[in-house]
Amino acid sequence: MTVAAEHVPDVRARGLSPAWTCAAVAFLLVSLAIGVAVGPVDLGAGAVLESAAARLHIPGFSSSLSPTEEAILWQIRVPRVILAGLVGAMLAAAGATYQCVFRNPLADPYLLGVAAGAGLGATIAIAYLPDGLRGQRVLPVAAFVGASIAVMLTYAVGRSARRERDAATLILAGVTVTAFFTAWQTFVQQQNSETLQEVYSWILGNIPSTGWPDVVLILPYVSVAIVVILALRRVVDVLNLGDDEAASLGIDVRRVRLVLVLAATLGTAAAVAVTGLIGFVGIIVPHTIRLLTGVGYRALLPLSVIVGAGFLVLADVIARTALSPAEVPLGVVTAFFGAPFFALVLRTTRAGSA
Amino acid sequence: MTAIELRAVTVELGGRPVVDAVDAVVEQGEWVALIGPNGAGKTTLLRAIARLVPFRGEIALGGRSSSDLARSELARLVAVVPQEPSTPPWMTVAEYVLLGRTPHLGPLAKEGARDRDAAARAIARLDLLPFLERRLGTLSGGEKQRVVVARALAQEASIVLLDEPTAALDIGHQQQALDLLDGLRAESGLTLVAAMHDLTIAAQYAERMLLLNAGRVVADGTPVDVLTEVAIEQHYGATIDVVPVGDRIAIVPRRPV
Repeated sequence: MTVAAEHVPDVRARGLSPAWTCAAVAFLLVSLAIGVAVGPVDLGAGAVLESAAARLHIPGFSSSLSPTEEAILWQIRVPRVILAGLVGAMLAAAGATYQCVFRNPLADPYLLGVAAGAGLGATIAIAYLPDGLRGQRVLPVAAFVGASIAVMLTYAVGRSARRERDAATLILAGVTVTAFFTAWQTFVQQQNSETLQEVYSWILGNIPSTGWPDVVLILPYVSVAIVVILALRRVVDVLNLGDDEAASLGIDVRRVRLVLVLAATLGTAAAVAVTGLIGFVGIIVPHTIRLLTGVGYRALLPLSVIVGAGFLVLADVIARTALSPAEVPLGVVTAFFGAPFFALVLRTTRAGSA
Repeated sequence: MTAIELRAVTVELGGRPVVDAVDAVVEQGEWVALIGPNGAGKTTLLRAIARLVPFRGEIALGGRSSSDLARSELARLVAVVPQEPSTPPWMTVAEYVLLGRTPHLGPLAKEGARDRDAAARAIARLDLLPFLERRLGTLSGGEKQRVVVARALAQEASIVLLDEPTAALDIGHQQQALDLLDGLRAESGLTLVAAMHDLTIAAQYAERMLLLNAGRVVADGTPVDVLTEVAIEQHYGATIDVVPVGDRIAIVPRRPV
């Protein structure tokens, strides 16, 4: 059939619209600026910029900060902000991926047992390892190992069920593994009640001020996971139609889902390992973007990465300044400020735009 | 040319054969209605042809064994219009129809000019141009159905499988939808295989009917050959009259006395 050239419409998927992309990037930049500038020690925005310019060897700039202030800025604050950004980006991207792959709007990054596994790994490390070994280096590794084992177990249990609908089976397997690991973790914790406080504060989540090693530790996992998820974002929209329709459109559903779930889960496990459990980011960020912009996953996923990073950087600023010098657990901040905000978004967006 | 060839195709669900040793050949450009009572295996047979359910026996599509085809190759030959398609409410008509291009794209690729062109032609052909940027959540049932057919058309597969394509439509929209499909078949040489419940509507459009009962093909031929009072009584347990309408027939239920 032929259609006259002037009648051929421009059929395109709405990709990343320039307006929303600019808004998201602006939000991230402002969050990063606030994250670097605000803290118990007031460094001043101008001095921070001078120091950055001097570090970049831009001629004509020299840092006006004292050596102590330099160390606070570059060894504590900047890595902490970057860590918060990486973790926020990872949790938001993983949440959006899970919500699509499992076709469940309530799916969060901890769905497949990552949280319970990491919790068990961390609790065992805190309870049984001698004090000397219990530094920051061992805890994240133990949590990561626990999370990985839990997810592999979830996958094995889900596969052994051999059901046709394996998305729902995988969620059930995740619930099973979570229950088992949580029970085990509670048992270990009860047997070692002197560790209660340490375990509890780990579970509530926070961004550690441990400098660059933690950034280096999670960077490979998080960046590979996010690259994989973003590369497959068009296919994610197809998967959203359900297994049968995606298959009849030529997608190898099992394989693509496995790749996406593995990427999202390993990235989450790495993030959880250094920060503990930070709830709500993986649900609130993608849903807020969806409600405000009404876009499909191909635009939602990159926006989630950018906005998720900014959101967690801001939340961390509140966590470390609200009751300074004490810190509020980050999970408390994300839910305390996130929940009312999300309720507001739900209230103010019209049904048709979602 | 043979579009679909089924040899001893059997599908077991829960240990029970739902499709039982079906043999059939469908030529390119044919319109075949799959009819039969509830549970006869119509939907399952369609799913086997689309390789959405494991089967025994042999299914050849365009002369090639379906088991040898990669998923994307299969999807370039066969498009499916499900009975209850998933239509994400936030997706625009343009985005949804573009999904039909998936089998022509690698997993990491983006739609190119050729893909946008194919989607544009499908949208124009189904008179959906005014709806291009509308969200699926704002469309009526009949409009949504056209959008789903447009997606199948954008797929550029020569075989289109339809599961109860008119089940959700009123009588006027049923006729429009089937006229449209018949027009597409005439223009593009599409092969249409549709599971249908409404025997009169099926008899008005299909060239050929396969009557299934308990997973077996019990009659195969033109509507006049297949839709006899005896056959309907035997396989549906229904009492009907067959009435000529134009050069086709209609099925009129008659209350048993």
